[in-house]
Amino acid sequence: MVTTEQVWAALDEIEDPEIPVISLVDLGVIRDVDVEGPRVRVEFTPTFMGCPALEVMRDRMAERIAELGGEAQIDVILDDSWSTDRITPAGREKLREAGFAPPAPRQVGGPQLVQLQSGGFRCPYCGSTDTRLENIFGPTPCRSLRYCNGCSQPYEHFKTI
Amino acid sequence: MHEQALLQIADDELVLGWRDSEWTGIAPVLEEDVAFSSIAQNEIGHARAIYSLLSEDPDALALDRRPEEYRSSALVEMRFVPDWAHTIARRWLYEQADAIRIARLAASDDAAVAGLAAKIQREEAYHLMHADMWAERLRDEPRFRAAVDDLLPLVLGLLEPGDRPALLAATGLGEVTAIERGPHDESWPQLWEEMTMVRRSEPAGVAW
Repeated sequence: MVTTEQVWAALDEIEDPEIPVISLVDLGVIRDVDVEGPRVRVEFTPTFMGCPALEVMRDRMAERIAELGGEAQIDVILDDSWSTDRITPAGREKLREAGFAPPAPRQVGGPQLVQLQSGGFRCPYCGSTDTRLENIFGPTPCRSLRYCNGCSQPYEHFKTI
Repeated sequence: MHEQALLQIADDELVLGWRDSEWTGIAPVLEEDVAFSSIAQNEIGHARAIYSLLSEDPDALALDRRPEEYRSSALVEMRFVPDWAHTIARRWLYEQADAIRIARLAASDDAAVAGLAAKIQREEAYHLMHADMWAERLRDEPRFRAAVDDLLPLVLGLLEPGDRPALLAATGLGEVTAIERGPHDESWPQLWEEMTMVRRSEPAGVAW
């Protein structure tokens, strides 16, 4: 019989298809796991709605649960329960190590342009806060492009949403 | 929430996503290739999510209707490439209007609609920032001013009459007579052909 712990451990081994340094659990997209006999119900709260990785995530979760002998039911929750604040501290550290500046905590009123245009958002390579916004948008909808004046290196910043 | 109102928003987002994606690879600066591609991807994602609220088969709702069954505004159907002034005027005005109508949905009594609207707002915040940056940059550019004047009547038509003063207040623009949603743009049949071509080329249910 599958246990809830086994399911969480299995989901923690699935990488984000686009940022493979971070697992789905660290990304915070698993809201709940409910095991009843062979049936495993996962509440999946997607990141960006146009993200093409979402289908891949859903399929991989179903595959892993099937490997454990469970019958997967992946419920996609389309409310605003996912925010970058759900990324775990371990996940944030993995992002930084891979060269992505992790998202700033979400503030009341949401992200503001003036905040993005300010320095800060510490460079993941050299740690300098002398950085600037290059483009609100980046290679995927979840990332912005920044430039570090300290080490003359462009880098990606995970947007706060 | 009335299904018709949700369908209008979803159709607007889908079609504008198509039109904005036409800048991929040919925008005036590389940053805008990237920005327009991401924004278009988000808009189509929002359309998909709203279609999912309305139907068990969002692809069918998005792509299996006849052209006359779509509720999109002529505003989002117009093809502007290579007119950057009109493109930015549309992006800016559309985002301002969209913020007002999505805020309405977020206050809905229907928990599913309100939850989805709040999620959409998180992403739209970045579209608004991008549009505001450009509007600020082009504020004194005559081609941009002319494009804004040209499109404002259609943009007002995206909103319920009671919400229109809020758009004028947010943009600082003077009152004009709205053009109501209804007649499609002359370019719509061709866009519909293109948008649904692959879907129509294979029977529904073919796996890719």
